[in-house]
This record gives sequence, structure tokens and C-alpha cells, in this order.
Amino acid sequence: MNENKLIDLQHVTKKFGDTLVLDDLSLYIRENEFLTLLGPSGCGKTTTLRILGGFEQPDSGRVIFDGQDITNLPPHKRQLNTVFQKYALFPHMNIAENIAFGLRIRKKSKQYIQDKIKYALKLVNLDGYENRMPDSLSGGQQQRIAIARAIVNEPKILLLDEPLGALDLKLRQDMQYELIRLKNELGITFVYVTHDQEEALTMSDTIVVMNQGYIQQIGTPEKIYNEPENAFVADFIGESNIIRSVFLEDRLVEILGAKFPCVDTGFGKNHEVDVVIRPEDIDLVAPEQGTLCGVVTSLIFKGVHYEMEVQAGGFEWLVHSTDLCAVGTQVGIHVDPFDIQIMNVPESEDEEAVNLEE
Amino acid sequence: MKNKKKAFWNQALLSGPYLLWMGLFILIPLFIVLYYGLTDGSGAFTLENVKKISEPIYMRSLLLSLKLSLYSTLICLLIAYPLAMVLRSLHLKNQNLIVMVFILPMWINFLLRTIAWLTILENNGVLNSFLRLLGFQGLSIINTPAAIVVGMVYDFLPFMILPVYNSLAKIDDNLVAASKDLGANSLQTFRRVILPLSLPGIISGITMVFIPSLTTFAISQILGGGKQNLIGNFIEQQFLLYYDWNAGSGLSLVLMIFILISMAFVAKFDKKQEGTNLW
Repeated sequence: MNENKLIDLQHVTKKFGDTLVLDDLSLYIRENEFLTLLGPSGCGKTTTLRILGGFEQPDSGRVIFDGQDITNLPPHKRQLNTVFQKYALFPHMNIAENIAFGLRIRKKSKQYIQDKIKYALKLVNLDGYENRMPDSLSGGQQQRIAIARAIVNEPKILLLDEPLGALDLKLRQDMQYELIRLKNELGITFVYVTHDQEEALTMSDTIVVMNQGYIQQIGTPEKIYNEPENAFVADFIGESNIIRSVFLEDRLVEILGAKFPCVDTGFGKNHEVDVVIRPEDIDLVAPEQGTLCGVVTSLIFKGVHYEMEVQAGGFEWLVHSTDLCAVGTQVGIHVDPFDIQIMNVPESEDEEAVNLEE
Repeated sequence: MKNKKKAFWNQALLSGPYLLWMGLFILIPLFIVLYYGLTDGSGAFTLENVKKISEPIYMRSLLLSLKLSLYSTLICLLIAYPLAMVLRSLHLKNQNLIVMVFILPMWINFLLRTIAWLTILENNGVLNSFLRLLGFQGLSIINTPAAIVVGMVYDFLPFMILPVYNSLAKIDDNLVAASKDLGANSLQTFRRVILPLSLPGIISGITMVFIPSLTTFAISQILGGGKQNLIGNFIEQQFLLYYDWNAGSGLSLVLMIFILISMAFVAKFDKKQEGTNLW
């Protein structure tokens, strides 16, 4: 990946009426990166994308594109293209005309346009669809055409606004691989907006987790998943057990009264922290071997694994395991030291407000 | 099988009143007009009534009707389209209310509204008094074709605004955004996206203004002062003044041909709009 900053958002603030949608947001996007803006609805991710596309102007702050300030540049003069949530194909034009739209505006030659249409349809696996009308295509096909229509203009950045939101699960998974393949073939920067954490983890080079107009964490999917910086990120990305605990000393934390060895250092002594443990990282062992003892209170078969709830130390632990423990079984809880993630307790009410029911 | 039969009778029962209405007040009168138009006083078949249109006096009035209807349709379109664009761009929460404001005049009786224009356009009417007050010379609009066009525009404008506004309001904002995203400026976006997508509304607006303008006789009678005879006035006279139902029906048939032509044109244009590219 290139280290060049292609897009640099600097201190962007945006209000709609009295609602603060983006609060002093700074973010850069590198060339050839697959960057995902991830967050619950209303977190400001779509507004960020619309500011990039030029459909919204920030109240303050700047948008730098390839070294140039484009904050006030109208959308049609920006070297980027958008794939809209509901495809937004022109219903009065056939597929070829839809794809040719941007090229005709730029007055490209007939031959060039013909070649581009052929190339783009091949790229999205829809050869021969030139003369079909958009409404005769399925949702997935329309989405591919929307992507084809955007990429024929050879944008430096492709903005995608929840493009898979309207598709069913199987199609969505296929399209995820398709998008990764497209990005690799085209070698352009993708900025992707979604509220689906699995989608974000699957496709991204970098994930930006947002909530209530703030960036909560920026990092690679592995980093975001394994080392969430706060309770919001931990809870939003995958399922997790978040427990208020005491950091006794380096490499030792007291969770619900039991001492667990961990790998973190530098949180002081006898300091209050939040601990994140992923459900799949909990090992259920015989009661005498566990650090904590408890009893299985619920069991659900999920296909790949069993989802169990274990009452232990006054806390309802969520456990994923391929081994079955029947309801009522006495079990011990064991967690490997490197599977315990320590986070600082949020300092202000504001940070606390990251609502956990999302 | 039995259910099918039952469903058929249910449908017949429900659509019955409408079919009856259509038969009694649309189909039968149409055939009566056809009968009178193609027969002479003794009931024998003749084309004389229809041929009457070629007499200079009728031909002139038909051409005048066509001309004034075209003008009024064009003016209505030029007023309604920008207005509908503004209404669309406002994204008002209560759009129905705004649309209602434009339809409100339609609640006043059509003749009263037209007579109101008489008092405005008269030589010593409201408009001229106002102009003289400002030191200008008065205009003599009343009893001219211009006065009739003013009346037509005022009376039929809502029929243009509604379909045009409806078709514009239906256009997804994302399509406009997509067009700009693909490099089109506002003018190109209008030409290539907004205008073609609003075409069905424009065309239905044109029919809804053109046809009543073509057939009106009340507006020309009130604002034309009997000096500007449209084809509608002659047809009315044949029935009410000369009691010559055959001639009146014959002229009506000619007018009907023009209406059918314009409707066929609309149907063709609308179908074309579905399938092929406009640029």
C-alpha cells in the first residue's frame, strides 16, 4: 500500500440544524487503500462520505484531495465517483447508456465509449446486458451496473454508500468477494460505508469506527477486533464480554474477584479498567481447573458453534464453543492471558454515552 | 370453476354502475353525435355536415382555435415548469398545501373566474386604471385574441402544474446526485435526467390544457366579446341559435379528429419515452 495521503479531512465539523453530526473529524485516506467507515446509523459515516463526494459542505474544516483543497468544489468537478445505496440507475436509459453517461459528458469518442462499456460489463460479469433496461435487472445486477457506471470514468477514489445493504445474505457475501477482486484489478482507492461489521472486517484494509460524530478507533480489521480501544468498539465489532475490573499490577488483572494473568502492562496498580473477552476465547473446563466457576444457564445451536451463557462470579458470560455443555452443567472458566484485552474506563459521561445496545 | 363464476359476477356487480355510466353518458352520446353528424335532416347519409368545415368562416375559426390553444398551452408550460422545479427543490414538508394553493382557484366557478378577468381587462377595467395611475397609456386587450389566451392560461394552468409537478416530485434525488457525481453540471443534469424523466408529466399537462382550450366557447364569448369566434362558438351556435344539430355534430366530429390526433401523438410519444434514448 502506498503511503501517499490521497484524501485528508482536516477538522471537519458539520451540523444539521442543532444536531452536531460530525465534530472536529480528522482522517486521511491513503492511495490504493480499502477504507471502511463503520458505525451505527446516525454516527456520521454517510455525512462524511457525502462531504467527500461534494454533496454536503462542511461547516468548518477542509477537504484536501491529492494536495488540493476541494472543500468547496461542486461534485461534478471532483475526480471521484459514488456508488449510491439504492443504485440510482437512470430509469429512462438502458444499461449501455447508463454506463456511458459520464463518458458522454466528457465527450469521449464513440469507439472509446463502446470499448469502455464492453470492458466494464465484463469486469462486473454482465456481458451482453447493454440493451436491457435497469428495472429488468435484479438488485444484485443493478448494483454491479452502478459500480460499472462509476468505474468507467477512472476515478481516483470510488465512494460506496452501503452498496450491499439491499441485497440478501448470500448475494451480499458473493458481492463482498467481487468488490475485493474489483479493487485489486482496478487498483483504485475504495471508501466504503457500512453498518455491517462483518462486511467491514472481510473487505477492509483500514476500518474507521465511528459513533455520534466521533472517530472511536482507526486500525486494521485484526487490530480493531483483537484490541478494541473502548467498550463501544468492542461491543460494536463482534460479540464480547465487557467487565469492569481491577488492574492489580502488570500482567495481572482481577476479574469478578478472580485473578487472571494477562499480557498488558502500564495501566498502573490497583487501577479500575474495562476488560474485553471475546466469547470464542473463553475455554470451558472442569470446575476445579477454571479460574472462575459457574453454571451453564442457556444453550443455543448456531451452526458453526454453540452459544452458551454461563453464570459465574455474578456475571452472565457469553461463550462460543464447538463443544457442548448441557444447561445446568458446572463448569470452570479459563481464558488465555493474550485473549484478555484491557481498556481504560471512559473518563467522561460523553464517552460513556456510546450506547451499548447497538 | 364455481368460484371463477362467482368472481366474475362479483366483478360485474362492482363495475356495473361505472359501465352503465360510461354507456349512458359517454358512448351513447358519442353515437348520437356520430349519427347526426353523418346524416341530413331527413336521416339520409351525407358528408355535407363534415365538409362544412372547409367553408372559409369555419376554417378561419378552426385555425384561430388551434393557434390560441397552442399559445395558451405553451404559456402554461413556461409558467408551470419553472414553478414546479422550484416547488420540487424546496423539499417542503407540506407540499400538498402548496399544491393546493394553485388548485384553489379551481374551486371557484369557471364562468365567474372568467368574468372576473373581464372586469380586469376591460378598457376602463382594473388593469387600465392601474396603468393610467402610473402614467402609462391604457391597453386595449379586451375582445382581442390576447384576452382569450389570458383567460385560457388562467383557467387551465392548474391542469399543467399538477402533472408536471407530480412527475418532477417523483424523480429520486439520488438520480440528480448520480448525474452530478458522473460529471454533469446543472444544465446537463437537467437536459439528460430531469427533463426526460418529467416528459410524461409534460405531455399529460399539454393534453390537459390543449384539448379544453381547443374546444372552449365560454372564454372566447366572455373575453372575446363575440368578435373572436372560435370553432367552439360556431358549434354552440349551430345547436343553440340555428337548431341545426346535423351541422353542429358535423363540426364536432372534425374537432374530435383533432383531439384524437393529439391523443395519438401523446400515446406515441409516451411509449417512445419508455424505451429509447432521447439524446
